[in-house]
Amino acid sequence: MSSEPTIQPASDPTAPRQLRSAWVVAGNRTPFARAGGPYASTSVQEMFTAALDGLVARTGIAGERLGAVAGGAVLKQPKAFNLVRESVLGSALDPQTPGIDVQQACATGMETTSLIANKIRCGQIDAGVAGGVDSASDAPIVVGEGLRKVLLQLNRAKTPKDKLKALAKLRPGDLAPVAPGVAEPRTGLSMGEHQALTTAQWGITRQAQDEIAANSHHNLAAAWDSGFFDDLVTPFRGLTKDNNLRPDTSVEKLGGLSPVFGKNLETDPTMTAGNSTPLTDGASAILLATAEWAEEHNLPKLAEIVDAETAAVDFVDGNEGLLMAPAYAAPRLLARNGLKLQDIDLVEIHEAFASTVLTILAAWEDADFCKVNLGLDEPVGVLDRSRLNVRGSSLAAGHPFAATGTRVVATLSKELKARAVAENRPVTGLISVCAAGGQGAVALLRAYPES
Amino acid sequence: MSPSPFDLTSLLGYAPATDDAYLSVVSQGPGRKIATSLGLPAPVALRRHDPDTPAVPGPVLVLGAGSGTTTTPGSDPDADALAQHLLTRGFEVHRHGDGLRRVGAVVLCLTGLTELGGLSAPALELGGLLRSLAPGGRVITISRPADGVAAGGAASLPTAADDPAAGTAAGGAPFDVVDRNAARQGVVGFLRSVAQEMRGGATANGILVADGVAATAPSVLGGLDFLLSGRSAFVDGQFLVVGSDAGPEGLATAPQGETPLDQRVVVVTGAARGIGEQIARLLHAQGARVVPVDVPAAGQPLSELANQLGTASLPLDVTAPDAGTRILEHCKTRYGRIDGIVHNAGITRDKMLANMDESRFASVLAVNTEAPLRITRQLLADPAADGLRVVGLASTSGIAGNRGQTNYAASKAGIVGMVAALAPVLAERGGTANAVAPGFIETEMTAKIPMARRQVARRLNSLQQGGLPLDVAEAIAFLLSDAAAGISGQTLRVCGQNLVGA
Repeated sequence: MSSEPTIQPASDPTAPRQLRSAWVVAGNRTPFARAGGPYASTSVQEMFTAALDGLVARTGIAGERLGAVAGGAVLKQPKAFNLVRESVLGSALDPQTPGIDVQQACATGMETTSLIANKIRCGQIDAGVAGGVDSASDAPIVVGEGLRKVLLQLNRAKTPKDKLKALAKLRPGDLAPVAPGVAEPRTGLSMGEHQALTTAQWGITRQAQDEIAANSHHNLAAAWDSGFFDDLVTPFRGLTKDNNLRPDTSVEKLGGLSPVFGKNLETDPTMTAGNSTPLTDGASAILLATAEWAEEHNLPKLAEIVDAETAAVDFVDGNEGLLMAPAYAAPRLLARNGLKLQDIDLVEIHEAFASTVLTILAAWEDADFCKVNLGLDEPVGVLDRSRLNVRGSSLAAGHPFAATGTRVVATLSKELKARAVAENRPVTGLISVCAAGGQGAVALLRAYPES
Repeated sequence: MSPSPFDLTSLLGYAPATDDAYLSVVSQGPGRKIATSLGLPAPVALRRHDPDTPAVPGPVLVLGAGSGTTTTPGSDPDADALAQHLLTRGFEVHRHGDGLRRVGAVVLCLTGLTELGGLSAPALELGGLLRSLAPGGRVITISRPADGVAAGGAASLPTAADDPAAGTAAGGAPFDVVDRNAARQGVVGFLRSVAQEMRGGATANGILVADGVAATAPSVLGGLDFLLSGRSAFVDGQFLVVGSDAGPEGLATAPQGETPLDQRVVVVTGAARGIGEQIARLLHAQGARVVPVDVPAAGQPLSELANQLGTASLPLDVTAPDAGTRILEHCKTRYGRIDGIVHNAGITRDKMLANMDESRFASVLAVNTEAPLRITRQLLADPAADGLRVVGLASTSGIAGNRGQTNYAASKAGIVGMVAALAPVLAERGGTANAVAPGFIETEMTAKIPMARRQVARRLNSLQQGGLPLDVAEAIAFLLSDAAAGISGQTLRVCGQNLVGA
């Protein structure tokens, strides 16, 4: 089923190249599963291969050679060093399709989208896949530093005597395995504790957080019920729907949960398991292409990847919150494209925690923050909440770290296209995803009514 | 890397075989001797289509009606013409059985039959040949349909009243038409009994050619090709009803080949597994651009199938109010047209009627009948559906009835009615509508029937075994092809001549 090798010379290789548009033409993901659930014994490679195969089936491109597949996982075993290429080899794509592993924590899917879109825009490739995958269930467990050093020395030892010498250094305590940490290496604080500081700093209420969470579940449930995900999700391992989804949850029910983060702060703790994302397993992928490639393959141009921006904040020595980088990235992106927040029809802000969304929105409404931190004379302003996360977000769907970016891109692209057609005008969307290390990626997408 | 279209084993996903252990024990060797001496059922592995072996396992004998023990060329123009077409196809054709020790197939041309007594001579001549019939051999009658009698679930066809020749006969001697009708229906009873006497995996089927349609019409020849071949392995004791001269002229000289569905855009619902999966694989092997449809929950096996076939999957629930519109949109966007649809998606919710609840009854009707009706209606609203070939999935339960399946039988009989009424609607737009009614087929579903019941159910047909999903798929592929252009409104049973509800 391999596609024929084709090398087409440029009509005029010396002419300056024009940037082309990169379009989202399809998306696919596995249903997301809470860690320890149906995908507990599934590797990230199996999951990413499934996401790819679903995407290939959806679009009918089995056996095609694509320019590149970019993906990645935050939690990756050392043996999966070539995770994406290995997944491609196990998929229905032409084995001559290259794979690229990318890692930018929870923004991995956003970065892979940007990478593939830019390759297309620069004329390096005509079509490619961006994606991400993570398994909190099948996370790598590594040996302790003591044992690791002994094993390396043992490996170098030539004589039995040297080998014994190396082994003699082993202490019982060295045998304890080390689980992957979610704590920031430079502060020792978990992401939740970091966000609790930011939540307190901005005075975000428990009620406001629980409202965000309830909306997320209700919006996602409505999307599932309407068949919105029929062409965005392919069942996997017997799971047909995101199993973190609680359609019948409510602000009242969420209000009954005990706080889990910020319990040692002076302010009342507000962050619970209900308004924080659970550890999740899952994979997602999108197909990006030029308009010509999409037309040749009779695939729709759902949305154009207009632009992207990544920011990082100094949460270690500075006084910015760990997950606040999108608050900086989005205004830069909007300004570069001559847009205001109010020009954006749909906004997706990844719900790492409900309060992440709320602190970012609060910062944009705050004149001081916008002047001092962003250098803006006027605040970014208020976001019309009816434009926010209209098809649900991570609190309901779950958050397999690297898979979230392309879940959001696929969902938003389909929604933008539907609205562009219904309203017969171009419709613009903004995505914001925060990430460990004080990073944040944002992207601008636009759909048009024409097919 | 691409599998050759003729690599059936890889394309079809598995070698045609069953888990019928009894069949493998008694189909040959000592097991067969024991079974035969004990009077136990002695099924044999059926002859199925293989492009590398001859279509018929021996010479083809063409006999005519009313011409004594040996049919002399010239005495029966229809038989002569059929013999000529078979000769052109490269078969070793004989016009009498003398000296033939082995016969691959006997074609009995009875189109000229005017009174039942005329059946005696060809019937007895056939009888004398049956012991020479090769394993997997064929007996095929070509005759005219009796007026006012449904043939095996077939809708009645325009016959005597529309036939100018019959009109003259009726004017001259009215009772001749009655004699002729008795003779014509006599052929049906005769053939069905012959089918029950076949041995060694041989089958007997008939082709009923409507009055006014030539005995060598394209679909008569196409139907003959189908029935002679291994593609009809599990079709037994049935009649193909040819109602028009439609079909490609090329069939006069050669069968339609290995890829008769080349480039046809054909939707298969319920394609993720079972019979639907087999249909999708076979249509693909025959050149079609298959659009596999199944519920979103079956997305994983559907994706695997789509990727193996190199096509795009369409996950949707056929009971969705806009399912037909979405199918149409998909086909038009991806291929610019739609050529056929196989309404295969179906469910069972068995219960005795006394214990039946509303949801069981309604859901079976919704999936099995209402969805095909609604989808077909939505497809036909668009000019892109001109020339559409519709194939519904009926069931022998829908024809004979089945205990515990009032809902299912109603839904499947509904399909028989649907295609009969769709036929004239589609005829105006160059399309056809037919149904296939499977009997006991070896599937995951029937594998769940308790062992003893399953063994009995398997043997209750003339071939004494269950059919394969491939057998159902072959009949559907035939009905979708141009060879069946002259066949519409019919329900073809693929049941090995199930003894129930014949």
